[in-house]
Amino acid sequence: MSAENDNVRKNDAEITSDQKRLRPYGDTMNDGKVQISFTLPVKDDEKGMEAASRFAKKMGIENPGIANHIPLDSEFTMYIIYGNVEHTVDYTAIQVSAANEKTMDMEAINDFIRKRIGRKVVFVGASTGTDAHTVGIDAIINQKGLAGHYGLERYEMIEAHNLGSQVPNEEFLRKAKELDADVLLVSQTVTQKDVHIQNMTELIELMEADNIRPNYIVICGGPRISNELAKELGFDAGFGPGKFAEDVATFAVTELAKKF
Amino acid sequence: MRKKLNLNQALVDKARTSAAKTAEDTQAFITKHTTVAVERAICRLLGIDGTNEVEVPLPNVVVDHLQEKQLLHMGAAYHIGNAIIETGLTPQQIAVEVDNGKLDFSRLKINTVGDAKKVVTPVAYAAIMRISDNAARRKDYLEEYGEKEAPLLYVIVATGNIYEDITQAKAAARQGADVIAVIRTTGQSLLDYVPYGATTEGFGGTYATQENFRLMRAALDEVGAEQKRYIRLCNYCSGLCMPEIAAMGALERLDMMLNDALYGILFRDINMQRTVIDQYFSRMINSFAGIIINTGEDNYLTTADAVEEAHTVLASQFLNEQFALAAGLREEQQGLGHAFEMDPEVEDAFLYELAQAQMAREIFPKAPLKYMPPTKFITGNIFKAYVQNALFNAVTVITEQKVHLLGMLTEAIHTPFLSDRALAIDNARYIEKTMRHLGDEITFSEGGIIQSRAAEVLEKAAALLEEIERMGLFATLERGMFAGIKRARDGGKGLSGVTQKGEFYFNPFIDEMKGGPAV
Repeated sequence: MSAENDNVRKNDAEITSDQKRLRPYGDTMNDGKVQISFTLPVKDDEKGMEAASRFAKKMGIENPGIANHIPLDSEFTMYIIYGNVEHTVDYTAIQVSAANEKTMDMEAINDFIRKRIGRKVVFVGASTGTDAHTVGIDAIINQKGLAGHYGLERYEMIEAHNLGSQVPNEEFLRKAKELDADVLLVSQTVTQKDVHIQNMTELIELMEADNIRPNYIVICGGPRISNELAKELGFDAGFGPGKFAEDVATFAVTELAKKF
Repeated sequence: MRKKLNLNQALVDKARTSAAKTAEDTQAFITKHTTVAVERAICRLLGIDGTNEVEVPLPNVVVDHLQEKQLLHMGAAYHIGNAIIETGLTPQQIAVEVDNGKLDFSRLKINTVGDAKKVVTPVAYAAIMRISDNAARRKDYLEEYGEKEAPLLYVIVATGNIYEDITQAKAAARQGADVIAVIRTTGQSLLDYVPYGATTEGFGGTYATQENFRLMRAALDEVGAEQKRYIRLCNYCSGLCMPEIAAMGALERLDMMLNDALYGILFRDINMQRTVIDQYFSRMINSFAGIIINTGEDNYLTTADAVEEAHTVLASQFLNEQFALAAGLREEQQGLGHAFEMDPEVEDAFLYELAQAQMAREIFPKAPLKYMPPTKFITGNIFKAYVQNALFNAVTVITEQKVHLLGMLTEAIHTPFLSDRALAIDNARYIEKTMRHLGDEITFSEGGIIQSRAAEVLEKAAALLEEIERMGLFATLERGMFAGIKRARDGGKGLSGVTQKGEFYFNPFIDEMKGGPAV
């Protein structure tokens, strides 16, 4: 009887995650289960599997199990590996900066602008530099928006201009001045060899050289952009995947209102 | 293939007639003009290649010189012919002399057009022969290895480094890819020149240069011989250098080329007058070389909604068909574009995709349609993306599409890894094999969701084409009727490169090439 009670107590402890020593969850609390896949430029044989296994161990994965090894060419093999990661993270010690504490919806944003700013707010956005992808900027600005989240063009108190893709930084700033912009939105999708970082850095440098950086709220967005990265590069905020027009607008108008 | 949609054939005919009239009106404008890119293509075909010491390509040197001296209206061929008569040099030597300032076309004695033609025609013939030989060699390969009946599996390589591209392309070919497309570096479409030589740096792709074409062609021939399959090579003759890159592709035996003026106008803001003229000569070259073009209608759906705007894709396909026919491209060379881009949250979206894919096949039965995978609603969830791509692959096989662009599970994350491509090919081959004859077994319900969807799209497209016929192509583009993007007739890039042809203008390649494929 008492042995059984002990077991119940032990199980209780194990279904609670250890927030100071956080680990991935597979099917049992704190089991640390992860799945990784990668390709090695070697042929598909025992020696290749041993190499893959050693890589996994160096990544902190105990007992790596190679679930599958797939030859991609004579000298390339892909490995799918499961294992328990030995590392832990102290979740309680983490602090992140999110651009917004709370996102307003479209009507709340319009109301906020009416009350606090008292005129339409002008947003100018583009996919800048050599980037030809407009998916991101279109999702934020175009009327239709994305996944049921209307774009800025739909907002009564926002005047939004989408300049499209491959807009050079100089032209972007010239247009911003011409349109009397309050907020600049920079979209960067192409990520090869970190070209987006060079391009975004150049924009801020151009603005600082002309002493116009304080004139605008400058925001960037894209699949590889985080708020931390954006701030590091001198932007006011950055929005990554899963953020919509209302997230961007909430931040922009809140910041802008501080100037009024 | 068996027709299943019960489409209104009278409406198809009507839409086609509207498109033909629109193309005819535009063609009247096209034939009166030439562009710097057309003249540079002529220079290249006459054997001018290489760059000067500041890396300006010699075709640009010659054509810039002609433009500066206001001689372009006669065409580069006349002036090169005239210079051959006066100097006895080859076109390449003439270009070098122009570059170092020793030769000025405006100061040469003027010979008759007839005399200039006489000396230029044999030079032009060398390029004509080389392109014909390439077309014949492709035909031989296809006869030797046999042609694949199922969809051609098309994958991209995009490392920026032609040598790395080759490693990836060869691996993909061994895994089962039938077409390798080398994606161009971001921004090349806006360069008004073609870079030179083998290149090892690019962003999101690799420069289209003649040397890069040659290197990849040789690599694919090598792996093709080993696999006993002809591996097709695809690149882009779009942007500001359409005809020049078409010429390079013809000279290096490319098999497919992206080529679509409407795409350039809408998505790259290239001036509409410039690019329709460029498109005409580039398509003529493609036609003669036996190259299949790929058009860009699929891109409309990356900005506009795939459910609401499907008819604009069909309307554009009708227009592209007519512009292609006008340039001598046979239906078998028209890889009209379409895509599987509906929001996965839309109920019955799969049925609508099936309807539209089947519709395109029934309306353009001989065209090797280019069917594009989902991209807009691929989120970075690679596991779901693999399923989305599987549904797309199913539609491809059921409706017997010809050029099957494979979706990558890492779309929206990075340019494909070797493993991403291998998984995509695996996915496609699995579905191709297990669903091989499913299409033959399927009949759609009379008046059901699928037939009704196709009828609705056709009806809207026919109405749109009627309106376009009334307004003309340029006015249509000014009003933003495609992809929701408006473009001005005099706006965009490249207008300064357009010149009205003079009375004595000639292009020695048109007569040879306008008759369609060389073999």
